[in-house]
Amino acid sequence: MMTPDPVTRTPKEAHTPIAGAAGAGVPVIAPGHNFATVTDKISAIVLTRRTSLGWWFGFAIAFALANVLLVSIGYLVAVGVGVWGINQPVAWGFAIVNFVWWIGIGHAGTLISAILLLFKQTWRTSINRFAEAMTLFAVACAGLFPILHLGRPWLAYWLFPYSNTMNVWPQFRSPLVWDVFAVSTYATVSLLFWFVGLIPDLATLRDRSESRAGRVIYGALAMGWRGSAHHWHRYETAYLLLAGLATPLVVSVHTIVSFDFAISVIPGWHATVFPPYFVAGAIYSGFAMVLTLAIPIRRVYGLQDFITDRHLNNMAKILLVTGLIVAYGYMIEAFMAWYSANTYEVYMMRNRMTGPYGPLYWALLFCNVLTPQFLWSNKIRTNALLLFIISLIVNVGMWLERFVIVVTSLHRDFLPSSWGRYEPTMWDWGTYMGTIGLFLALLFLFLRFLPMISIFEMRTLVPDAKPDQGGAR
Amino acid sequence: MPQIFHRSANTIARVSIFGALFFVAALLYLAYQIDRSPWVTQVNVAREQPIQFSHERHVAGNGIDCRYCHTTVETAAFAGIPPTKTCMNCHSQIFSNAPFLEPVRESFRTDRSIAWSRVHDLPDFAYFDHSIHVAKGVGCATCHGPVDKMPLMRKQNSLQMEWCLDCHRHPERYVRPREEVFNMNYVAPGNQLELGRKLVAENRIRKMTDCNACHR
Amino acid sequence: MKPGDAPEFWRTLAEKNGANLDELVGDEFASRLPDSFDAVERRAFLKLMGASLALAGMAGCTRQPPEQIVPYVRQPESIIPGQPLFYSTAMTLGGRATGILVESHEGRPTKIEGNPSHPASLGATDVFAQAALLDLYDPDRMQTLTYRGDILPWSAFLGAMRTVTTTEQAESGAGLRILTETVCSPTLGAQIEEILARFPSAVWHQWDPATGVNSAAGLRMAAGNDVSAHYNVESAAVIVSFDADFLACGAGHLRYGRQFARRRRPEGAGCRLYAAEAMPTTTGAKADHRLPLKPSQIEMLARALAADLGVAGVNRGAALPADAQAWLTAVRNDLNAHRGASIVIAGEGQPAVVHALAHALNATLGNAGRTVLYTDPVETHPVDQVRSLRELADAMAAGDVDTLLILGGNPVYTAPADLRFAEQMAKVRVRAHLSLHANETSAISHWQIPEAHFLEAWSDARAFDGTVSIVQPLIAPLYGGRSAHEVLAALSDRPERTGYQIVREFWQEQRGATPTGARGAIAATGASGATGATGATGATGATEFEAFWRKTVHDGVMANTALPTRAITPAGPIAAFSTAPPAPDGGIEIAFRNDPTIYDGRFNNNGWLQELPKPITHLTWDNAVLVSPATMERLGGAARPDFTGGERGQIHGSVVAITYRGRSVRGAMFPVAGHPDDVATLHLGYGRARTGHVGADRGFNAGALRTSDALTFGTGAQIATTGDTFPLACVQYHHLMEGRDIIRAIPRAELASLKKEEKALPSMWPVLTDEQEKVADYKWGMSIDLNACNGCNACVVSCQAENNIPVVGKVEVMRGREMHWLRVDSYHQGEVANPKTYFQPVPCMHCETAPCEPVCPVGATTHSSEGLNDMVYNRCVGTRYCSNNCPYKVRRFNFLQYQDWDTPSLKLGRNPDVSVRSRGVMEKCTYCVQRISAGRIQSEREGRKIQDGEVTTACQSVCPAEAIVFGNLNDPSSRVSMLQAEQRDYALLRELNTRPRTTYLAAITEFNPDLSDK
Repeated sequence: MMTPDPVTRTPKEAHTPIAGAAGAGVPVIAPGHNFATVTDKISAIVLTRRTSLGWWFGFAIAFALANVLLVSIGYLVAVGVGVWGINQPVAWGFAIVNFVWWIGIGHAGTLISAILLLFKQTWRTSINRFAEAMTLFAVACAGLFPILHLGRPWLAYWLFPYSNTMNVWPQFRSPLVWDVFAVSTYATVSLLFWFVGLIPDLATLRDRSESRAGRVIYGALAMGWRGSAHHWHRYETAYLLLAGLATPLVVSVHTIVSFDFAISVIPGWHATVFPPYFVAGAIYSGFAMVLTLAIPIRRVYGLQDFITDRHLNNMAKILLVTGLIVAYGYMIEAFMAWYSANTYEVYMMRNRMTGPYGPLYWALLFCNVLTPQFLWSNKIRTNALLLFIISLIVNVGMWLERFVIVVTSLHRDFLPSSWGRYEPTMWDWGTYMGTIGLFLALLFLFLRFLPMISIFEMRTLVPDAKPDQGGAR
Repeated sequence: MPQIFHRSANTIARVSIFGALFFVAALLYLAYQIDRSPWVTQVNVAREQPIQFSHERHVAGNGIDCRYCHTTVETAAFAGIPPTKTCMNCHSQIFSNAPFLEPVRESFRTDRSIAWSRVHDLPDFAYFDHSIHVAKGVGCATCHGPVDKMPLMRKQNSLQMEWCLDCHRHPERYVRPREEVFNMNYVAPGNQLELGRKLVAENRIRKMTDCNACHR
Repeated sequence: MKPGDAPEFWRTLAEKNGANLDELVGDEFASRLPDSFDAVERRAFLKLMGASLALAGMAGCTRQPPEQIVPYVRQPESIIPGQPLFYSTAMTLGGRATGILVESHEGRPTKIEGNPSHPASLGATDVFAQAALLDLYDPDRMQTLTYRGDILPWSAFLGAMRTVTTTEQAESGAGLRILTETVCSPTLGAQIEEILARFPSAVWHQWDPATGVNSAAGLRMAAGNDVSAHYNVESAAVIVSFDADFLACGAGHLRYGRQFARRRRPEGAGCRLYAAEAMPTTTGAKADHRLPLKPSQIEMLARALAADLGVAGVNRGAALPADAQAWLTAVRNDLNAHRGASIVIAGEGQPAVVHALAHALNATLGNAGRTVLYTDPVETHPVDQVRSLRELADAMAAGDVDTLLILGGNPVYTAPADLRFAEQMAKVRVRAHLSLHANETSAISHWQIPEAHFLEAWSDARAFDGTVSIVQPLIAPLYGGRSAHEVLAALSDRPERTGYQIVREFWQEQRGATPTGARGAIAATGASGATGATGATGATGATEFEAFWRKTVHDGVMANTALPTRAITPAGPIAAFSTAPPAPDGGIEIAFRNDPTIYDGRFNNNGWLQELPKPITHLTWDNAVLVSPATMERLGGAARPDFTGGERGQIHGSVVAITYRGRSVRGAMFPVAGHPDDVATLHLGYGRARTGHVGADRGFNAGALRTSDALTFGTGAQIATTGDTFPLACVQYHHLMEGRDIIRAIPRAELASLKKEEKALPSMWPVLTDEQEKVADYKWGMSIDLNACNGCNACVVSCQAENNIPVVGKVEVMRGREMHWLRVDSYHQGEVANPKTYFQPVPCMHCETAPCEPVCPVGATTHSSEGLNDMVYNRCVGTRYCSNNCPYKVRRFNFLQYQDWDTPSLKLGRNPDVSVRSRGVMEKCTYCVQRISAGRIQSEREGRKIQDGEVTTACQSVCPAEAIVFGNLNDPSSRVSMLQAEQRDYALLRELNTRPRTTYLAAITEFNPDLSDK
């Protein structure tokens, strides 16, 4: 649909070497848009357009799944973590796998919003809003697991340092305590960042909403935003500060999560490469998830003007890069095992490849190392469907990675007498699928009630916003 | 289209931001206080007992030594609650038909025990041993308070872990000479710390802060 | 989801009979301490003393529910609430007594230890003695006396017996039969004799699968009359075992185990052990040279050895396989070199002739009287039990039996199938059965009489060497049970006598302290317990006897009652030697053995023993068709680890149908390395038709194949796979060390040249020097001697009893969630056909730099100043991170609510000094910290330090081989320090530098250079 209008082309772009529909030179917003159209197009989704049947359908499914989570948790708390497949020696199973997986997914949002903002990557504008939302929801799902996997979840508050009558404090040497801080901080900052970003749009919705209820709710949330120069000034500063605050978190959270494993003595966990390798993995899975969501959404809501092929292209590139870093991680793991000549390390690696869980390891290599190689091709990078499939595969792959790390390392450690195996029970699956349901349900609600694309930031992209230049950059 | 919210509403918005913080802080403080309140710890709450037994009368009034009734306090973990027989040693002679002692006599007649409601009660995962505390010079009153001034028995201290730890970390602040352990009228000398350090050294009092000192 | 079988069952059971039990428990105290307890008081008292778990795991800030303190009305002198008392008594198995000391908390037996002054115990116990406690409190015990299903009072039974006596009097008891297990109780023997005197035509039968039918027959063959034999392993330099598991079962095995271990210590004189056996046993595992042979071939081996060593008139029979020949030659030379200092011992699995050959060999080698000692029979009335049982069966078939009195045992289940015992028994007019549990026999008995557990009753018994012990009760019968003495009294002229009177009077007569006329007087005074002075006979004899009685009861052994040793002289040449042995046919042999943990089925309903991994196979909760891997393959069967549990947990074994002499059973096949080919070993005691909830539907009944002419093995069985598979709960399936330095073994010769290994490796982090560690008074440590350990598992059950460790049930074991704090791993070395097996007990290592400690987010596991790795249950939130990070995987997690909070009788049995853990918390070995605390408080009160040996861990105190030693490493003179200073001391997974406080002593091998294969 988008044949770039030559008028909006700057001479510079005419010479940009990258040819093709999705070249870097292509604007990040389709031509012919002005303030009004942008605002209409986006806010309409929330305000005027009637809720589509598809939305109801999708939401129903997601909501049903979320209820599966409810049941699973109820049963878990009533009976005990024994309802899961965990045992000795594999005392951590799905719970931790899912935790790490969700936290990883929760990385893209802040990365896109904060870091790309600081790098002045204007193309981020149209995807940051729902990427942030996705982050929040993913972190919410992730946050469930560390609590649920406790033998006595009702005592989870003991992990927080507070003055109690027992005169005992958390044990600050334990990475699990670091997790508590890392994850909660990350969640808080992401929430603030997301909400602050929403305020101007909430104001827009407040002003354009027909219903009184809408006006009241959006009004309350807009916190009296009037869009005065004064407001804008404060806003920009706050947003920038938050971005600065969020940036280190992107790196810190998964670094600390990786310590849960790297700190231990278990072969397959005890590796110095874990922090960078985990962070890369997180961004990898994060962007995969953004793509998985963005592609259908832009199609359903016809937002190709805003989420252009150039966006897909850029994200695909990041996918490729992080994918390569992750591949390097796998390579180093294997290399170190061999190079250390340590009986246990060597056996661990051999067991990963040829042991009872071998197939999963090879599947993981296929998903995370082989598949992204297709992204070298420009054609595939701009083919929404293929990208969608690849991103799905990567999501699966990243989940497998965590499973392989957690389970295969534990199930055969030092003394052969205590070797065992792990098999998820229906309750393991219930909890996992349940969180996916929760995630999607929240996402559906978000799409329905909040502008999924930052209206005011998009406005800054339309040509009218840049009278000095010929067009949008 | 008129705005629903008047400008003044902005103040509410601003306040709510900070208000939230203070609210949370207040909640935490409240929890902190409740944890230590008599409602939880039962400190100074006199329990309803089958017989209105007065330690004041028996200890201060008649000058009976703690060990006359709590016989195993020096030899066992459990200080020992006197069997009905012990009561009857005296009360078969004095107040032998006082109505308020009927439950005692009845117990003795029918061989049915008197069910006292427990005043000092540790959680079952905390293992406390009277004998060693007594042997190391922790006075009865140090934990149980001026029992000789209690017409009805009540807790003097919370018996919460932080309270235990205070002494286990700084025994010198509380220990007394062994011979003074059962003395209800003992007052700590001005140089308690000095004396305490001396006693800690003499009686080989260890700062038992290992978890396994109380929890097994 | 069902959280494992056992807890489930017990819970429902509690609902069923909780209330009823309550009152029964009530009179327990009432009758034991007549004037101190009543029901109300007891319940409150339980609240006070027992663990009230409602609070467990809650934070300090929780409001506690009000509790009551309920003191005695008149406090008994001996009892100080919270202070345990120890009483000596004895447990019998196959009639033979093992002396034990029982810990009692306010009248509740909570732990069993060995009695050091008893010859059969020497302070150690076996798994059965440890688990006897759970049998006592088993809610499934027979609880009421019933006649044809109606609940009747004891008096009703006495009445019925009176009618029996009157009717029988007429035909001098022709219709009266008494069936007992092996009787080594002088009192019981005398009682029966008395009855037989009263009814001359009455017959007393004995049948007890726990006594060596074959060994007795073998002795009879060798000596010409009934004798008992025992061994003096202390002075044996060479031991040759023909299928004998003398380290793990049979009377006196605890003693033999200790003597064997002592001899094999570095400073010991050494003792080379040869074992020729079918099913690998712990003895075989300890053997320097083990020879796997079919049960039938072992007779050939014995014959060949006897012939070679010059036993007269021995027919060699068929030739031996080559490897057996080599083995034989080496053994012969070794025995020749150690005449008078060797033992040839045959196992119960072998026929009488092999036993006779063994005794002949010992005679020829001059061992008799030195290492092999003979005495008059320990049984009061030795009989050939198979014949005895067959006679009874025939008599019943012929309808000659009017009244059958079965005292204990379960003949309907244990009798050989060909006797069709149940069928014949149905023809008896009056059938009475005294039993602890309602079993197959009680099912077809009119009178079902609940038996008093041995911890509930007075009795006496002889040990393997004849030493007499008085069995004294620790607690009044929980379910109003009666002892065999009291039941037999019903047939006497004074039916109302109590067990106490009966036993005491017997010994009074023995000591000549009481003229028989004075019995009445004793009956009057005896009731008031041990204070029963024999009033009427004011004679000095009485006071003397009182002193003797008190001493005997107190010590647990009756001074110098061991039977004098005697020589045996065979009447003439033994026919069986010269007759040609049956030529072994090529078919598959099946061997029947008592189960290593539930024995002949008498412990079938005991959760501790059911969940106890069987040595070698590490199976729990089931028996299996045990074959060699090669045979399994040949039969087209398989055993594969399942994904739930896997190497630890669930193994799927192919179900096979075994057809043998026209009878057939189905069972799951399980491979055992070192098992001879074409032999299937079946363990008895499973597949019970009638038992408690714990033992129901477990395994298959191998006894259904057993015939009276081939009790222990037979040939000509067909085994066919059925295509089905059956899940077996196996806690260790992988026995290879994967080239890791886990077990160390050195030849005795190289001991001297061995270099001591540094405990700590260089580290980047500051580590405490030994001096720095000395700051605390104590530095607790443990040394485990792999050379001594014979894998008997007593330590595991002892730990379970001491530390309130729950039973999780088969389902949970299959998920790899069993809770044992201490496990005994075993590893194989060498080829599958005949590997060398090593045992390794693995408790918590209490590492100096414990990996579990830094990872706990709430500090629930911390390092104590004395070096213990504390586990604080009530602080644990259950992240399980510590367990993941433990390289030894010794931590255990309460994945579900495993502990039974409801069944009252089980509450009684718990150790009040140890927290009872709830769901969701981690637990592990604590070095028995409750014992350390007790020791510390005791010593501090007395202003001294804890002496070496004053504090022993539960595993240490029961170990027959003294393999586990615990103590203070700060004291260089303590036993543990000296052991850890030995050259062969090493730390498990040393390379991780966890610096464990528990270290191992390498095994010592004494291979025979002539047999170069190993």
